[in-house]
Amino acid sequence: MPKAFFIDTSRCTACRGCQVACKEWHEHRAVPTLQRGTHQNPPDFTPFNYKIVRFNEHKIDGKIKWLFFPDQCRHCTSPPCKDAADAYVPGAIVQDEATGAVLYTDKTKQLTIDQAQEVRDVCPYAIPVRDETTGALSKCDWCIDRQRAGMKPACVKTCCTGSMNIGERADMLALAHKTLAKVKEKHPQAQLLDEDYLGVIYLITEPRNLYYEYAERPVRPAPGPMTRQAFLAMLTRPVTSMRG
Amino acid sequence: MTQHWIDIKNADVVLIMGSNAAEHHPISFKWVLAAKDAGATVIHVDPKFSRTSARSDFHVPLRSGTDIAFLGGMLKYILEKDLYFKEYVTEYTNASFIVSEGFTFKDGLFSGFDPATKTYDRKTWTFDKDANGLVVRDKTLQHPRSVYQLLKKHYSRYDIDTVSSITGVSKDNLLKVWDTVAATGKPTKVATMMYALGWTQHTVGVQNIRLAAMIQLLLGNIGMAGGGINAMRGEPNVQGSTDHALLYDALPGYHPVPTTAWPTLAEYLKANTPVTKDPKSVNWWQNRPKYVTSLLKGWFGDAATAENEYGYEWLPKIEPNVEYASLFMFDKMYKGKIKGGFIYGHNPCMSMPNTHKIRKALTNLDWFVIGEAHETETAAFWRQPGFDPKNVKTEVFLLPSCQRGEKDGTTSNSGRWHMWHYKGYEPMGVSKPMGWMVVEIMKRVKALYAKEGGAFPAPIQNVEWYEQYDADLMAKKINGQFTRDVTVGDKQYKKGDQVPAFPMLTADGATSSLCWVYAGSYGAAGNLTKRRDHTQTPMQAKIGLFPNYSWAWPVNRRIIYNRASVDVNGKPYYPAKAVIAWEEGKWVGDVPDGPAPPMADPKGVYPFIMHTEGHGQLFGPGRMDGPFPEHYEPAETPITVNPFSKQMSNPCMKVAESDIDALAKNGDPRFPIVLTTYSMTEHWCGGGDTRNTPALLEAEPQLYVEISQELAKEKGVKNGDVVIIETLRGKVEAVAMVTVRMTPLQVQGKTLHLIGMPFCFGWTTPGCGDATNRLTVSVADPNTRIPEYKACLCNLRKADKVTELQR
Repeated sequence: MPKAFFIDTSRCTACRGCQVACKEWHEHRAVPTLQRGTHQNPPDFTPFNYKIVRFNEHKIDGKIKWLFFPDQCRHCTSPPCKDAADAYVPGAIVQDEATGAVLYTDKTKQLTIDQAQEVRDVCPYAIPVRDETTGALSKCDWCIDRQRAGMKPACVKTCCTGSMNIGERADMLALAHKTLAKVKEKHPQAQLLDEDYLGVIYLITEPRNLYYEYAERPVRPAPGPMTRQAFLAMLTRPVTSMRG
Repeated sequence: MTQHWIDIKNADVVLIMGSNAAEHHPISFKWVLAAKDAGATVIHVDPKFSRTSARSDFHVPLRSGTDIAFLGGMLKYILEKDLYFKEYVTEYTNASFIVSEGFTFKDGLFSGFDPATKTYDRKTWTFDKDANGLVVRDKTLQHPRSVYQLLKKHYSRYDIDTVSSITGVSKDNLLKVWDTVAATGKPTKVATMMYALGWTQHTVGVQNIRLAAMIQLLLGNIGMAGGGINAMRGEPNVQGSTDHALLYDALPGYHPVPTTAWPTLAEYLKANTPVTKDPKSVNWWQNRPKYVTSLLKGWFGDAATAENEYGYEWLPKIEPNVEYASLFMFDKMYKGKIKGGFIYGHNPCMSMPNTHKIRKALTNLDWFVIGEAHETETAAFWRQPGFDPKNVKTEVFLLPSCQRGEKDGTTSNSGRWHMWHYKGYEPMGVSKPMGWMVVEIMKRVKALYAKEGGAFPAPIQNVEWYEQYDADLMAKKINGQFTRDVTVGDKQYKKGDQVPAFPMLTADGATSSLCWVYAGSYGAAGNLTKRRDHTQTPMQAKIGLFPNYSWAWPVNRRIIYNRASVDVNGKPYYPAKAVIAWEEGKWVGDVPDGPAPPMADPKGVYPFIMHTEGHGQLFGPGRMDGPFPEHYEPAETPITVNPFSKQMSNPCMKVAESDIDALAKNGDPRFPIVLTTYSMTEHWCGGGDTRNTPALLEAEPQLYVEISQELAKEKGVKNGDVVIIETLRGKVEAVAMVTVRMTPLQVQGKTLHLIGMPFCFGWTTPGCGDATNRLTVSVADPNTRIPEYKACLCNLRKADKVTELQR
């Protein structure tokens, strides 16, 4: 049975326990950072940061909105990055049958810089990063080692507010919809993000363009079955909007 | 906390004020969100919109240092609109007590003030007594000298216009908060109040908290599930260190420190053991002689005898009118009056106010010993920027301390839960627990005294010391033991048996206990701090009470003053969230505040057992600066007129004066901006530990200052620019974080800017900035001597060159 994360940003206090727990579990070294006028640090994913909490703030009609988004790979049910990589190095990106987790292997090192860039470019959420020293592509690995040992991913385990959840996909979808109905009472614009296509289901309370560049996608996928090509075409963004 | 963490979920209203709970006590928000899920309204009142505000129903910005005006206005509103819980107020608080005729309050000063010493003679802050020695009461609350009427008169000045103009809070916002909180004056509605250093770190810190507690008494919210007045305490083990008297003013277990005014134990106990003539008042402190005697037996063992007053004469005595708090200890050090000392788990070069002074003061020492896990700014002060090590005479001994996870022991959480924590791994290198350091050093001092003698050797020779540091043995000694075979009631105890609970402690030397409140944590059943049992009754399950999980002081009571949660017949005011109930001749639920039957029973007792008269104190005669909280401005204030009185600042506030301490005058045009300081989730206290934890430093790498967009525009500062913040004490560089989360306030008709900075960044972490506390003031609350970190005056400008921050 496929599994899924449910991330309820209406409960997130941006304590960054998930961001730090992720680093600790993966024994990732710290990257040098500077204070740039925001609490968000590091500014973006690195080969040593699979999880970062994004902070965005707005004052709308005199009301302050401080939005927290614990960002990570969405583990797409039909991952475009895998399709892209398969064309060059089969086995570089695999999907775990038991969970649906999208996993990057050591073989990603065999992708050329341009091929790796192509894999990055097809990700609608700008997640994968390339380690320039080793050439490996990396991103959230679902703590698949913990998962296989019967433990929750480090980010879910450490979350004290109930923002981070994991379980059977059907259960998480049910929880997401139930939570959404309740959250909408106070936040009428609350919504789930692309829940039918992703292994990581986000609930956000405000319009998605208020979060950050890649929370928003121009078109929301129409419900119902789609071919992989159609899905890819819809998700793929023009290269000009990609970050360098 | 009067409650415990889980209990927050029972609240109908959560007022978070003087606290940034989501950032500094992240786990508390698990329960705040649970309350919200169940329909509670969560309010955050704070100068800054923080991560707490983001998860609250609404945030209300106020000017730092005006909480008493805000809450005083709320109190007036509650009385005026008749929203208080009448039966509770009449029966359980001292609202009906008649105050002595001599008590007055005129233009900001209570009766008995001596301007020369800046202290009060509190002899008129008392109650009328009848021929039998009982307090005279008027339960109609009409007597003009009743506490209720005096309270009404005192806060009549706190009208909404004045409160709004001084706090900078709009009238709409004031009413929104007041209405929401005041709606819990009904028996079946409860509000909790969560506070932390945002209330304590002011020259009126204690009175901030007292006023909040008074409101909770008026609304009948003390003793109830989901109510109470809750200090957020956390990782620094503030709860445990307070219980064990970390500070100079107390002995373990909340006993006043001996002074030269009480040279004998008899005199000490006479002065500190309250007496009541009222048979319904439990007056718990009448037991003090048992607890102090047992403490002395715990320290001096067999050497403590009735003949030598259990060794009381060996205790150091302070002078009654001399200041000993850390603020003044460093003042003495700065003035060259201290030669050396020990510093454990403290980084004063970062965390004390006016740290330029602290850093200079350390150069006057011949030596000091510091126990630390890292080389902090205090341990390395001799090589700090601007110091030439050749010119620093102080010899520093840095003892490497192991970390929490490397040692066994107990911590006491905010809810008074006493919990064992297990060593997870062996200490790194040669690092040791601090308890080990203390035991080993004292062993050697004792050996030297035995060999060489010395001045006043008795306390050193007679202290019962340990062969080696053993956390389990310490836990046993803290609980207490019988020192000889005794019979208590129909039970026999042998010498060396663990004391079952504090009612068995005696004043005749038959028992020892290093802290009476913990008696019962380690009795015959073993070490209860190790319990992790979730068993509970259905009644306990309704309010999330787990009596078999760890152990809470006192006597495993989870919600204190719980006798106030029931009416005089023992029936819960809020049956759906009952804490205790009198059923078939016994109490069920939580451990009640004493086994006595309900108050209406001839053998019944008043609920506030720690107070001599047994009632919640709306009139609180025990504080240094007044029985009613009064608004005074911070020591440095941007305004020149206090609308409530001619008294600008707390008349009793404590000020450390030296050539390096300076205070800006009221409304000083050179420093028009209010500065407040705080912590953050990612760093702990002065940052000594967390700046050495790479993943945390990565998340929060450098000193910043949060400023409004309006102020940034006025000063020509862009987000991410380095700015210089300046006060009369010093200058600090910080990265400007220009944010909508800081709001300019309208105070007395003018726009006032407030900025905020964390205090955790120091020079031993290269390029992260240096102590924010170089800016703050050496003034303190007169009750606690906690410095006023939360409000001082500053100015800021764009930096022309950057020296402290990596760019």
